[in-house]
Amino acid sequence: MTQPTGTDNDASVVVVGAGPAGLTAARLLAERGGAQVTVLDREPVAGGAPRHTDHLGFGLRDLRRLTTGPRYARRLLAAAQRAGATVRTGATVLAVESGGPRRLEVCLATGERLAADAVVLATGVRERPRSARLVPGDRPAGVFTTGAVQQVTALHRGRVGTRAVVVGAEHVSFSAIWSLRHGGCRTVALVTPLSRHQTVAALRWFAAGLRRIPVRTGVDVAEIVGRGRVEAVVLTDGTRIECDTVVFTGDWIPEHELARRAGLMMTPAAKAPAVDAAMRTSTPGVFALGNLVHPAETADRCALDAPAAAEAVRAWLVDRHWPTAVAPIDVVAPLRWAAWCAGGITARVEHPITGRLRVSIDGAVVHRGRRRRLSPNRALVVRSRRLTALGATAAQRGTADAARIVVDVVR
Amino acid sequence: MSDAALFDVVVVGAGVVGCAVARELSLRRTVAGPLRVALLDANRDVGAGTSKANTAILHTGFDATPGTLEARLVPRGYELLSAYAPTSGIAVEHTGAVLVAWDDEQAATLPRLAEKASANGYSRTEIVDAATAYEMEPHLGPGATGAMVVPDEHIIDPWATPLAFAEQAAANGCTLLLGWRVVAARRDADTTVLATDDGRTVRARYVVNAAGLHGDTLHRAMGLDGFTIRPRRGELIVFDKLSRPLVRSTVLPVPTATTKGVLVAPTVFGNVMLGPTADDIDDRGATGSTRAGLDGLLAKGRRIVPALLDEEVTAVYAGLRPACEHSDYQVSVAADLGYVCLGAIRSTGLTASMALAEHAVELLAGMGLATSVRDDAVTIRRTPLGEAGPRPYQQGGRIVCHCERVTADEIAAACTGPLPAVDLDGLRRRTRAVAGRCQGFHCLAEVSALTGWRLDR
Repeated sequence: MTQPTGTDNDASVVVVGAGPAGLTAARLLAERGGAQVTVLDREPVAGGAPRHTDHLGFGLRDLRRLTTGPRYARRLLAAAQRAGATVRTGATVLAVESGGPRRLEVCLATGERLAADAVVLATGVRERPRSARLVPGDRPAGVFTTGAVQQVTALHRGRVGTRAVVVGAEHVSFSAIWSLRHGGCRTVALVTPLSRHQTVAALRWFAAGLRRIPVRTGVDVAEIVGRGRVEAVVLTDGTRIECDTVVFTGDWIPEHELARRAGLMMTPAAKAPAVDAAMRTSTPGVFALGNLVHPAETADRCALDAPAAAEAVRAWLVDRHWPTAVAPIDVVAPLRWAAWCAGGITARVEHPITGRLRVSIDGAVVHRGRRRRLSPNRALVVRSRRLTALGATAAQRGTADAARIVVDVVR
Repeated sequence: MSDAALFDVVVVGAGVVGCAVARELSLRRTVAGPLRVALLDANRDVGAGTSKANTAILHTGFDATPGTLEARLVPRGYELLSAYAPTSGIAVEHTGAVLVAWDDEQAATLPRLAEKASANGYSRTEIVDAATAYEMEPHLGPGATGAMVVPDEHIIDPWATPLAFAEQAAANGCTLLLGWRVVAARRDADTTVLATDDGRTVRARYVVNAAGLHGDTLHRAMGLDGFTIRPRRGELIVFDKLSRPLVRSTVLPVPTATTKGVLVAPTVFGNVMLGPTADDIDDRGATGSTRAGLDGLLAKGRRIVPALLDEEVTAVYAGLRPACEHSDYQVSVAADLGYVCLGAIRSTGLTASMALAEHAVELLAGMGLATSVRDDAVTIRRTPLGEAGPRPYQQGGRIVCHCERVTADEIAAACTGPLPAVDLDGLRRRTRAVAGRCQGFHCLAEVSALTGWRLDR
């Protein structure tokens, strides 16, 4: 490899993370041809979080069919491989560095270095564990996140306890109830400091009506009690709930180590790399998509980040043009953050509010949503032809430089 | 083994001090042959009591009270452990410390601290102005008025230290009696019979009390008096590895009469630690954290290194210092009982451990247990866990814990051998598995499957 840059035929793209976003991007890039596509995943099996989310709720927006997490993961993996992408599991990436014959180098834990013309980061998210939420009290066994519970029950057919308090009342919290039940563990309460649950009515009805699980709103866990094993949680209103298991759900944080070590510009509130409408980061040749950039959306929305990114990767391989300034989307309180997602913009609010989401580009309002209840932890997605067009234009022209995008809430 | 087994020395308490003593004794012999040594602990693992929660600093002893036993043993322990660590695979990182003054009054005390350091035999301190302090630690919050540099104050792996001691002791014939909770001691002719809560007994010609938080209880069981442990709880917050570039060295506050204060220190694992608090409590098992404690630490951290507060928290824990009504270590002998007490060994015990062991050997010799160094003793070498050094994953092993990059082979190795991990906590201390930023979100299920430890117990 002596050429300064890769030509169309031998260009190489490395995708880091074989979840819905990474696999879908890999499939689209491989289908179009013209580039060797390698997906690296540190886990022994590709597929990402859906692998262990063993219930329905996947594939609706991208595959147009409803399926379970594990089936969805297998499908995306098979499609990427069929399209010609190479998927390597057990491959831990430590760094993405600039330089080398391909401009970028992907450094693996074993010391191996892969030259790449483009790198697509799709490293996903995790839930904040108890420690990151600074929940005081004893440190007994029996404290988990949904991710751990799902893997124990779905991948290893194991059990985590018998009586659980689930902290959080967003979509994933209800997934946790499901996984716990699967592992023979009864959920005795859902606890959220917010004034109401943050999921769809059906899930709420399933939990409270069908399974008679009380949802304790407006209170938080003040303390975990138990030496050895969890004995109880004490809530901020003084209530004590006897249990042997506590599951912390949601409160997502991107797996951003690689992004940060690569020096990408970050969106501080989301702790995610900032990207433009074509999922380009602040470093030429480095793209980011999926829940790494919007913590967290459903798997199908992550997969739908891929078309814009794949288009932009293709454009980059051809003309090597990169926008001069990729900046985070600005938000006005009570919005916490906003990010490009599945051809539109997704955002989160700090506290519940009723209003309309408004998007402005360089001072001109391009979108005003309908008036509705905006709830924390719920995906607030703005999709419009203007935004999609902006993404498409950005990808093709490789410009869209320095457009200042602001999202706010109006009454 | 038989319940009535007789040992030359039984060390009660397998914390860092007890392990160091057991190691030192296992390397020695009498004219009759190698010493028969037992190391006994109520826990099922070594270093599982108060030794597991401390600030992990290898102290020079610069700020000890001159003339105390602590002031003598900390520098000696520093010297011994600094030499031992690299040979046995205990990670040490040479970071140094910067003691920062945050107002003029504190700055004015720096020369006195430097004099105190000299009185303790440590003369390499250097007082610098605020500008230099900011040059050394660019992420310090505003308002520093000056600093004293302590270039030899380093950081160490606090878990590998007792493990290395105990493993070497075991390799040299020391018997590990783990899960033995001693509740009674009886003098019988020229031996002491120690009895557990479930009726097991062990006999010793000499007993070394290294029982930490329960040192005074054993002391009383021996029929002695003189100190009462009143735990001083220290809560600590450990920040994500991405915060490591925020500090180059340990950032210390100006100490007060009661505490060394809240520090910000890197760890050898590549994290940054904020703490500890200092609360006198009565419950010797209260290793939980509190809302007030954590909030207080965050407020202090925000002042010392403001950017730290933007980083994620990886772990929160609390340790209990075995403090008592006296300010110095409570080291004593009762020759008629064949008994050495190493009591009230607080935060500095990690650094002083090997010096305390050396001291215990002298005290035992004074009571008639003359020993010499064995020429057939073996050494051990652990795989160091320091982030600054090489790690097994770089050789291509299958990584199971991604946050800490722990391989399946490391986990398997930690669960075998003379001193295997028996629970997740023990595995964390041996390998760092499940101790990282995700706290098991990604790997807990796999670790449970690999070890066979169920999560519903």
